Amino acid sequence: MKAFLILEDGHVFPGRSIGSGREAVSEIVFNTSMTGYLEVLSDPSYAGQAVVMTYPLIGNYGICYEDMESDRPWVDGFIVRELSRLPSNFRCEDTIQNFLMKHDIPGICGIDTRALTRALRESGTMNGMITTDEHWQMDEVLGKLKTYSTGDEVSRVTCQEKYVLPGSGAKVALLDLGAKRNIARSLHKRGCQVTVYPSFTSAEEIIASHPDGIMLSNGPGDPRACGEVIKEIRRLYETNIPIFAICLGHQLMALATGADTYRLKYGHRGGNHPVRDLETGRVYITSQNHGYAVDTKSLKPGVAVPAFENVNDGTNEGLSYTGKNIFTVQFHPEACPGPGDSGPLFDRFMKMMEVSRNA
Amino acid sequence: MPKDTGIKKVLVIGSGPIVIGQAAEFDYAGTQACRSLKEEGIEVVLLNSNPATIMTDKDIADRVYIEPLTAEVVEQLILKEQPDSVLPTLGGQAGLNLAMELEERGFFEKTGVRLIGTTSETIRKAEDRLEFKSTMEKIGEPVAPSLVVESVEEGIAFAGRIGYPVVLRPAYTLGGSGGGIARSQAELEEILANGLRLSRVGQVLVERCIAGWKEIEYEVMRDGAGNVITVCNMENIDPVGVHTGDSIVVAPSQTLGDKEYQMLRSSALNIISELKITGGCNVQFALHPESFEYCVIEVNPRVSRSSALASKATGYPIAKVAAKIAVGYTLDEIKNAVTGQTMASFEPMLDYCVVKMPRLPFDKFISARRTLTTQMKATGEVMSISDSFEGGLMKAIRSLEQHVDSLLSFDFSQLAKEALMEQLAVVDDRRIWVMAEALRRGISYETIHDITKIDVWFIDKLAILVEMEQALREGELTPELLKEAKRMEFPDGVIARLTGRSGAEIKELRRTYGIQAAYKMVDTCAAEFAAVTPYYYSVFGSENEAVRNHDRKKVLVLGSGPIRIGQGIEFDFCSVHCTWAFSREGYETIIVNNNPETVSTDFDIADKLYFEPLTPEDVENIVDLEQPDGAVVQFGGQTAIKLTQALMEMGVPILGTSAENVDAAEDRELFDNILETCGIPRPKGDTVYTAEEAKAVAHRLGYPVLVRPSYVLGGQGMQIAIHDRDVDEFIGIINRIAQDHPILVDKYLQGREIEVDAVCDGEDILIPGIMEHIERAGIHSGDSISVYPAQSISTEVKAVIEEYTRRLARALHVIGLINIQFIAVGEEVYVIEVNPRSSRTVPYISKVTGIPIVPLAVKVMLGQKIRELGYTPGLQPEADYFAVKMPVFSFEKIRGADIGLGPEMKSTGECLGIARTFREALYKAFLGAGIRLPRYRNMIITVRDEDKEEAVEIARRFEALGYNIFATKGTARALMEADVQVRMTRKLEQESPNILDLILGHQIDLVIDTPSQGVEHSHDGFIIRRNAIETGVNVLTAIDTAKALVSSLEDTDHTKLTLVDIAKI
Repeated sequence: MKAFLILEDGHVFPGRSIGSGREAVSEIVFNTSMTGYLEVLSDPSYAGQAVVMTYPLIGNYGICYEDMESDRPWVDGFIVRELSRLPSNFRCEDTIQNFLMKHDIPGICGIDTRALTRALRESGTMNGMITTDEHWQMDEVLGKLKTYSTGDEVSRVTCQEKYVLPGSGAKVALLDLGAKRNIARSLHKRGCQVTVYPSFTSAEEIIASHPDGIMLSNGPGDPRACGEVIKEIRRLYETNIPIFAICLGHQLMALATGADTYRLKYGHRGGNHPVRDLETGRVYITSQNHGYAVDTKSLKPGVAVPAFENVNDGTNEGLSYTGKNIFTVQFHPEACPGPGDSGPLFDRFMKMMEVSRNA
Repeated sequence: MPKDTGIKKVLVIGSGPIVIGQAAEFDYAGTQACRSLKEEGIEVVLLNSNPATIMTDKDIADRVYIEPLTAEVVEQLILKEQPDSVLPTLGGQAGLNLAMELEERGFFEKTGVRLIGTTSETIRKAEDRLEFKSTMEKIGEPVAPSLVVESVEEGIAFAGRIGYPVVLRPAYTLGGSGGGIARSQAELEEILANGLRLSRVGQVLVERCIAGWKEIEYEVMRDGAGNVITVCNMENIDPVGVHTGDSIVVAPSQTLGDKEYQMLRSSALNIISELKITGGCNVQFALHPESFEYCVIEVNPRVSRSSALASKATGYPIAKVAAKIAVGYTLDEIKNAVTGQTMASFEPMLDYCVVKMPRLPFDKFISARRTLTTQMKATGEVMSISDSFEGGLMKAIRSLEQHVDSLLSFDFSQLAKEALMEQLAVVDDRRIWVMAEALRRGISYETIHDITKIDVWFIDKLAILVEMEQALREGELTPELLKEAKRMEFPDGVIARLTGRSGAEIKELRRTYGIQAAYKMVDTCAAEFAAVTPYYYSVFGSENEAVRNHDRKKVLVLGSGPIRIGQGIEFDFCSVHCTWAFSREGYETIIVNNNPETVSTDFDIADKLYFEPLTPEDVENIVDLEQPDGAVVQFGGQTAIKLTQALMEMGVPILGTSAENVDAAEDRELFDNILETCGIPRPKGDTVYTAEEAKAVAHRLGYPVLVRPSYVLGGQGMQIAIHDRDVDEFIGIINRIAQDHPILVDKYLQGREIEVDAVCDGEDILIPGIMEHIERAGIHSGDSISVYPAQSISTEVKAVIEEYTRRLARALHVIGLINIQFIAVGEEVYVIEVNPRSSRTVPYISKVTGIPIVPLAVKVMLGQKIRELGYTPGLQPEADYFAVKMPVFSFEKIRGADIGLGPEMKSTGECLGIARTFREALYKAFLGAGIRLPRYRNMIITVRDEDKEEAVEIARRFEALGYNIFATKGTARALMEADVQVRMTRKLEQESPNILDLILGHQIDLVIDTPSQGVEHSHDGFIIRRNAIETGVNVLTAIDTAKALVSSLEDTDHTKLTLVDIAKI
């Protein structure tokens, strides 16, 4: 079946429909990872966005369900150059076509994904529509595209009830803003008892559980849209509990302490971004997925200082909070997909909790 | 970390002659590194014995020594030049081994010179089997159960414990030399004994056979601060068991999920961190296809063939960055030259699929076994880039220049099913064609996978191509089908054959339907950042990113494709210099080439690089877009010359000598007319199509005669026939491939073979020097030792040669370069071959005379005159030193290849000896070629009757040098009669101990074995020569070479060689 991807600047990419045939209007973003498409599809941070993979051959190793980063795909649409007709891997349980179909995710293949990526790079992230209606009207489509904006995605993707991953080590409260599974898994693997809280949980409730540490997860959307959560995080900040935050959690902590965030032209999405640890000078290759960044100029003196920066564009990649047991990163030490080079940051968090416990 | 200011003068060690397993990639890496060091204001001293390389140019390094790569020479050079540091990681295994040798001798410690880019400890940890294994165990990286053995007995015992088959890997050898898989004790004994001998330290690793696992490679980098990155990973389509150099390789990996990809990536980074490598490193893994189990196969702590491939596949300049790291920079301080805005501390992301195919030499070694093993056999490779695997494979196939353009090119349709199934189990260079045939017959993926162990993902891709063949053959050629076929990179010619139309019709259809090639950029970052590097590949059905410039005149330079015997790195030297010369003349330069190992495909050589197959259709697509003002074909060997006609039809002016005149030199009749008009004699001969005609000509001329196809390179298919039956056999071989041109039969003249390269501006000529071959006519010029200045011809003959060159250049209206080969019989001079283009000897003669003939040729092509360029026309004055170019062979790598020299070229590379005296130059050349004598002072002589007289003389001289001489009956008798001390040895067919036992006894320095002319029906000589080569004994098959060798040895003091700085010539 024919399908079309129409961008708000009038670009049209004809291709073939994959997955569901329904129409999708969404924000179009590109990801440069060469592997890990299932992790991308199931990363809740992509809620409200349709993802184009810049690597042209997708689906080669099929679907291995254990690689899911949440229990369902969250993307509004999936855009690829070529979908493999025969996946091959010893763990492969399904094809990507079936997977998209089963979860009613629309997509398009057979388009020039490099041209699309270049368009997004030049004009910045744009809204777009995937449709199988051959008689689409540009005016109508553009109207829909103009009005689309990502809504309150966090409350859509967070868990509805708290749950516990039992462990005998440190007690960690994980605030699920759209958490990838591997965050909890990374802590659990280190012996932690991880209690996962919905995003709407009050700070009071978390503090009352006397956790050894608090983890703020990644998540979708514009951080400034999370007013309620930010308020609660401010209260968490005011405690002495060690806090480690990733991605959206990092942005929300910055907003909670008076700093500001801004939208990047086309974001960082992929597994190859170099990040410099400003304390040691060491550079780590990191997994990233964000469209907003913390504005370091807006940091309040004496509150937080930059701890990491992006080697490519100098944007902020992490903060260290003065006089606090808090550090936050923009990138994804939990990887999945992407390199686990910054995984030892979880050990740093473990250390922080240990020191604080013994204090 | 900023630059280390203590580093001011660096010695860079090159890799020496091109041999299988160590080819042009090191010239690429070395050149890039030298330029990178000079950028930093560091003085570069270069040592490499290979004169055909670009790195040995004075534009690349400050001081250039083309000297033998021995520890003694390096020591002497360091004492002479006083560099503060040595960079050994760019010269392949050869460079690394030299560094180790010096370290072991305590030389670095004594002189205070330091190794940069690596440490001896790192080299040892990576290269020494025992240390490597214990290092891997320490950091928990799995290796296959293995044991380093130093004797065959140990090997047998260990293999008995872990069970057959076992893999054998000798320590410190290149390209897996002497390695292999042993399936039984008998095989183990044979391979192991050989491997122990070839290993520099007498060690061989015996390990559990993991054949059939996925073979995955990672190219990783680390800086002095400990930052690590992955440049690229690659998946071998051929599972473990075939050397990665002989495998079809795809980048990035295709069948690995993120979990597997990251697992191996982390492992590679752990390893490079533990080894504390500063620079690039290649890690090879075997990954179990049904689990997460993996083993580390090998680590190369240096730039390698794979790193050159990874550089071209990603646009990330590994060697350049490695050089910067060596002088102290960290990855985040080095700019990514491709984007111009990001830094080198990132990981390239590909948004395309790269396919590499090996170029194997079985067209040259028809008697050789085509099977692929863990010992590399490929002489070169091609790479292609597409947005699909199918497209990448189709492009790579037609880049090979082996008369293949699709999966239909090797025809296995005649095989019965059983035979086909058997063929599927054969691991050779035609396997994908066999698989395609199996798919056409409906044999299931599972069956094919069970036999080949190739992942079904790749099998399915072959099936998609086979289905397209079918669709084209049977379906209607709709615009959609044509579009899809082009997206899969089916050439017009193949579509035409399958649809029963003509190529022109398909082209017309494409035009009608608007199906055109578009060009995408290789930018290291999958379009995330705007890039500045004009490095392009074609795809169909996409947006075009390559923009035609209008500001300057532009020239299209056609490269020379894969390195193969007969067309080596020297043509890349010419292409690169031509590009630079045009650039200096104000032209926009555009290179088209498909060889990932070369300097010409580096993105900063030309203004634009199109990484594309060199076929008329692919070139035309570029021409349509770029509309160049002219094309240069005379520097890219036969590959480029073959495109002349097509370029003219596209309306692209050929710069320099016109196509008609190129033709005139190849067309027998036209050429005879020209010779006649010029009053130049040539050996008599005629053109024929059949064996009957050939025999008639041979009878008229009288045997021996030379038989060869026209329009070939490296004397391919050329043979000396002494009987009718030879003619029958040779013509049969030639006609295995359909010939568009007639076969030439010439009277074979025995005399001195002379060669000149000249520049001609249409009126005047400039001959830098006359080269003379040591071996008499009959041995291919590329396999002969070449001496400049010519030694044994008179001033009169030299004058005649100069005059003939002038006449021929004028008659052929040569504008640019011409190469002429002569035979001097007494004072008579005959012309045997004229090539109105660049030749193999151009880099050599340019360097030893100091006359930059490629730039001069470019200038005359643009209308300048030799006189205006500051040169007096004619033969230039001779130098006051001697320069000897020595061929180097890779026979030990090709099981079953006959090493006897003849009119068909067999050498893979060359080295140079340069000195004040002829004998020292000769000695250096032999030394550079790896002939290090004396060792045991034992030698064997077995020569054909014609050579006996001369053999006596040679033997007498070796005897005087203290050699014990062994000979078979006939030769021994001749020697005894002449009072030469000789021990007679039994012939091969006689009982032990015979000549073979003598050779296998490892006490022989040298075998002189001259094969009888013509087809040798007795295989004794063949077996002797093969065994000698495989035992590591030096074998000479031409009596003249032997004479030269003994002359070089007679010069007594070889401890002090004089080192010549070529940059000062």
